[in-house]
Amino acid sequence: MALVDQEHMDDTGLRLSEAAPGDFIALLKPRVMSLVVFTAFVGMVMAPGVPNPLLAIISIAAIAVGAGASGALNMWYDADIDAVMGRTARRPVPAGRVTPGEALGFGLVLSAFSVATLGLMANWTAAALLAFTIFFYAVIYTMWLKRSTPQNIVIGGAAGALPPVVGWAAVTGTVSMESLVLFLIIFLWTPPHFWALALFKSGDYERAGIPMLPNVAGHATTKKQIFIYALLLAASGILPVVAGFASFAFGAVAAILGVGFIWYSWQVLRMPESDTSMKPAKALFGYSLLYLFVLFTALLADRLLASLGLVS
Amino acid sequence: MDKDLLKPTEAQLKARRKRNIALAIALAVFVVLVYVGSLAKLGPGLFERAM
Repeated sequence: MALVDQEHMDDTGLRLSEAAPGDFIALLKPRVMSLVVFTAFVGMVMAPGVPNPLLAIISIAAIAVGAGASGALNMWYDADIDAVMGRTARRPVPAGRVTPGEALGFGLVLSAFSVATLGLMANWTAAALLAFTIFFYAVIYTMWLKRSTPQNIVIGGAAGALPPVVGWAAVTGTVSMESLVLFLIIFLWTPPHFWALALFKSGDYERAGIPMLPNVAGHATTKKQIFIYALLLAASGILPVVAGFASFAFGAVAAILGVGFIWYSWQVLRMPESDTSMKPAKALFGYSLLYLFVLFTALLADRLLASLGLVS
Repeated sequence: MDKDLLKPTEAQLKARRKRNIALAIALAVFVVLVYVGSLAKLGPGLFERAM
C-alpha cells in the first residue's frame, strides 16, 4: 500500500513546511531529467526541418518539466517503498520535508503546464506524446507494473524511451520510423541498465517488496536476460545506419560500443553466485550510462558532419 | 486549537521566504517564455491583428 493511503496530518491538522526550493527540484529527479533533455534534443536535431531556435529551447524545457512532473508523481506514490530503500530514503517525501499531497499537487500542476506549453509552442502531437509519457510513467509503471511484475522495467521502460520521439514530433508534428528506432535503442537499453543495478541492490528491492527480476527469478536468470538484451541492444545500435539516417562512421562507433556492452554483460554472466561485491554488475551499470550518452552524442556528431558534407 | 496561536519558527519562515522567491522566479520565467514564444510562433504580425 502506498504512503498516500496512510497520510495524516499532525494532531492540530495544521502543518508549517520547512521544505526548501531544492526539495521541490529534487522531486523532479534532475539526473533523469538531464537524460530526457539530452535524448529529446537528439530527437529534435535528427528530425528533418529546422525549428525556430527559441521554440526549440522552449519545447525542450517543456519536455524536461513534463519528465520532472512524472518524477514528482512517482515520488508521491512510491514514498512508502522509497522510505525502506537506502538509495531513496533521503528523498523529500520519505524524509518528511515534503508531504505526499504537496508532491502530488506539484506533479499535477507541472504536468498540465508542460503539456499545454508544448502544445501551444510546438504542436499538439508532441504534447499528446508528452502527456502519454507522463501517464505511462506515473500510472502504468509506478502505480501498476512496478509492484506487480518482474517485467516492470521492461514495459515501463517505454516511458523513458519516448523523449526522442517527443522531440522529433515537436519538429515534424509526426511519429516516424526514424524516431521509433531511437525509441527502440533506449527501450532495449533500459532492462540491462536497471537489472545491473537490481543485482547489486537486490537487498533494497527485497526489503521494499518490489518484484525485480533478481528477487523473483534469481540472479542466474537475470544475468542471462541481461546478456540477451545486450545482444539485442548492440544490434539495435546500428539500426540508424540500416534505416538510412546515419553514416557508416556512426555504424562503426555504434558497433564498438555494442561490443563493449556485450563484453561487460558477458562479465556479469560469468560472475559467480558467491561474488558479493558484484563488481562486474557495477561496471556494467556505469558502462550502460556511458554507452547511451556516447551513442547519442555520436548521432549528433554524425548529423553535424553530414550537414558539413563530411560524411554521407 | 486557535490557528492564530500557531507561531512559525525562524526556520519555517526562512523556508517559506525561499519558496516564495523560487515561485516568483519560476512564474517570471514562464511569463517571459510564453511572451517570446508567442512572438516566435506567431511573428511580429501578432500586434497588427484585429482584436
